[in-house]
Amino acid sequence: MALRFTEQDLKEIEAICHRYPDRKAATLPTLHFAQKKFGYISDDAVRVVAESLGLPVAHVLGVATFYTMYNKKPVGKYHIQVCTNISCALLGSREIFRHLSRKLGIKAGETTEDNLFTLQEVQCLGSCGTAPTIQINEKYFENMTVEKVDKLVESLKKGEIDV
Amino acid sequence: MSEYVLFKHLIDPEVRELDHYTQLGGYEGLKKALKMEPVAVVEEVKKSNLRGRGGAGFPTGLKWSFMPKDDRQKYFVCNADEGEPGTFKDRYIMSENPHQLIEGMVIGGFAMGATVGYIYIRGEFKFIADEFQKAVDKAYEAGYLGKNILGSGFDFDLYLHLGAGAYICGEETGLIQSLEGHTGKPRLKPPFPAQVGVFGQPTTVNNVETIACVPDIIRKGAGWFLTIGPDRNNGTKIYGVSGHVNNPGVFELPMGTSLREIIFEHAGGILDGKKVKAIIPGGSSAPVLGPEHLDIAMDFDSLKEAGSMLGSGAIIVMHEDTCIVEAFARLAEFYAHESCGQCTPCREGTPWMARIIRNIENGDGREGDIELLYDICTKIIGRTVCPLGDAAVFCIKGALDRFRDEFEYHIQHKKCLVENKVAIYG
Ligand SMILES: Cc1cc2nc3c(=O)[nH]c(=O)nc-3n(C[C@H](O)[C@H](O)[C@H](O)COP(=O)(O)O)c2cc1C
Ligand code: SF4
Ligand code: FES
Repeated sequence: MALRFTEQDLKEIEAICHRYPDRKAATLPTLHFAQKKFGYISDDAVRVVAESLGLPVAHVLGVATFYTMYNKKPVGKYHIQVCTNISCALLGSREIFRHLSRKLGIKAGETTEDNLFTLQEVQCLGSCGTAPTIQINEKYFENMTVEKVDKLVESLKKGEIDV
Repeated sequence: MSEYVLFKHLIDPEVRELDHYTQLGGYEGLKKALKMEPVAVVEEVKKSNLRGRGGAGFPTGLKWSFMPKDDRQKYFVCNADEGEPGTFKDRYIMSENPHQLIEGMVIGGFAMGATVGYIYIRGEFKFIADEFQKAVDKAYEAGYLGKNILGSGFDFDLYLHLGAGAYICGEETGLIQSLEGHTGKPRLKPPFPAQVGVFGQPTTVNNVETIACVPDIIRKGAGWFLTIGPDRNNGTKIYGVSGHVNNPGVFELPMGTSLREIIFEHAGGILDGKKVKAIIPGGSSAPVLGPEHLDIAMDFDSLKEAGSMLGSGAIIVMHEDTCIVEAFARLAEFYAHESCGQCTPCREGTPWMARIIRNIENGDGREGDIELLYDICTKIIGRTVCPLGDAAVFCIKGALDRFRDEFEYHIQHKKCLVENKVAIYG
C-alpha cells in the first residue's frame, strides 16, 4: 500500500514550513519526520515528502541520499551505530565493533534476521570525552566497554531499555 | 581559581533554568544592549578582541561589521554542527547553560539587524536539541524572544534546525546550503554570506561558543574580557581533552593555558603512566604536535607560530602505544568519507591518501609512497571550493612532517614500530 501522511501529519509539516521563508528549507526536517513515521526513507517516502512540500521528487531524493542519517534501507528495531573515529578508536571502539559483529552475526550495514539489530560504523559522534560512544536509535551510550555493550544488547533483546 | 564565563553550571548546576540564569546576571546583557545603538554593540564586541571559536579565530566584531546596514531581511545563524573529530564542547553549553546562547543570539541579531536566527545542530544531537527547545520556549514566554523584546520594538525569532549526518555542513556555506534544504555542498566565496547568505539574504554564521561569550562582554564591558587571556587572544576557552588521558572531558580555562597544565592537571595525565607521543591540539584538522610542545600556550597565535592551529580547542592525546600510521589512516578515511565530491582534487585525493596510508599500515607500502603523499597534498591545497580539502592536508601532512620515521619504518620493515599497539584497525 502506498504511504501517506495523515491530516495531522500535514499540519505538523505546515508548522515546520512556517519556520522558513521557503518551503524547500523544510526538506531535511520533513525527511526526519518521515523517517520517524515510516521507519526508513523508501522511494515511496521520498514521493510523499516531495508531494507534501510541493517539491520535485528528484530534489528530495538527492537530499535523502546525501545525508547519512536517512536510512535508504529498512533498519532493525535497534540501529546500533559504533563510532570508530580517532578518540573512540584510541580507547577500544574497534574491539567493541568486532564483538557486536560476532555476537549479532552481522557485518557493518547488515540487519539480523529477526530484524532486531542493524549494525553500523559511524564517524565522530561529538562525544569523544566519554569515548567509546555508540548511538542506538536516538540515544547515546558512552564510556562503552565490551562487557557493557554485551549487557546492553541483552537488555535490548529483553525489551528492558527504551531507546 | 579561574573564572567561568560559559560553564556557569559549575557555579550553579541549575543554571539551565531561566530563573537561575537571571540570578547570575542572565539577560542583563540583552537589556543593556537594547538600550544601545546597534553599531555600539558591534563596537563593544570588536573592542573585546573576541575571536571565533569555530576554528579559524576570525575576529567576531569585524565579522559582524560586514553585515550591510540596509533594510533587507538578515539572518544570524549559529553553527552547532560540532562534527570535527575530537570536538565535544558546544553540546555542553547547549545542554547546561542554554539561555546564554539564546541571549547571545538575540544580542547578535539586534547588533546586526537580523530578526530571525537559526541554530543548525547536528542531527545526532536530537536529544540535546529537544531539551534546548524547552529553554527557547521559556525565553519566548518571558519576552526575551519574539515580538517587541522587553518593550524595545526589536523582534527576533529563533528556530532550531537539525542536520542529518554530514561533517561538511559544519563549513559555513555548506551549512547555509543545508539550511536551505539542499545537499551540503559548499559555495564558492565571494559572494560572502554577509552579502548573499541563507535564502539569498545577508547572513552571519558563528559558532556556539563564540555567541555564548557575547552576553557577558556586553554586561561587563569589553575591558573585563580583555583582562582574561593573552593579548589578542582574550577570554576563556573550552578545551576538550580526549584519547589517552585519565580524566577526559571539557575544561573552561583562560585562553593561553599551557598544554601541559590542561593535560596533566585537568585531564589527569596520561593513561597507565605512559609517555605522550602525539597531541592533536585543535580537532583532527590541526597539525599534530609532539611532547616537545607541552609548554605551548593554547591560544590562536601561539599555535599558529608552532605550525598548527587552535581550531576547535579539541585536544586528542595519543600515548606511546599508538601507531601513528594507523591513527592517521583512520583520519584520512574520515576526510575521504566526508568529502562532498564537488572538487576533483578533494574527491579523488582524499580517498587516494587514505588508501596509500592503509597500505603502508598493512605492510604493503612502497618506496616513494611518502613523496607521493606529499605530492597529493600539494595538489589539493588551495585548489578547492572549501577548506575541507586543506583540512585533510593539514592533518596528513602534519603527521608526515613530524613522524616521517614511523612511516619509513613501516615501508621498509613491513611492520609496525610499536609493539602491543592500540588496535585502531588491527
Ligand atoms: C570542513 C569544515 C567543518 C567545519 N565544522 C564546523 C563546526 O562543526 N562547527 C563550527 O562552529 N565551525 C565549523 N567550521 C568552521 C565554519 O566554517 C565557520 O568558520 C565557523 O562556524 C565560524 O564561526 P566563528 O567565526 O564563530 O568561529 C568548519 C569548517 C570546515 C572547513
Ligand atoms: S573541498 Fe572537498 S568538501 Fe570542500 S567543496 Fe570541495 S569536494 Fe566538497
Ligand atoms: S571520536 Fe567517537 S565520538 Fe568523537
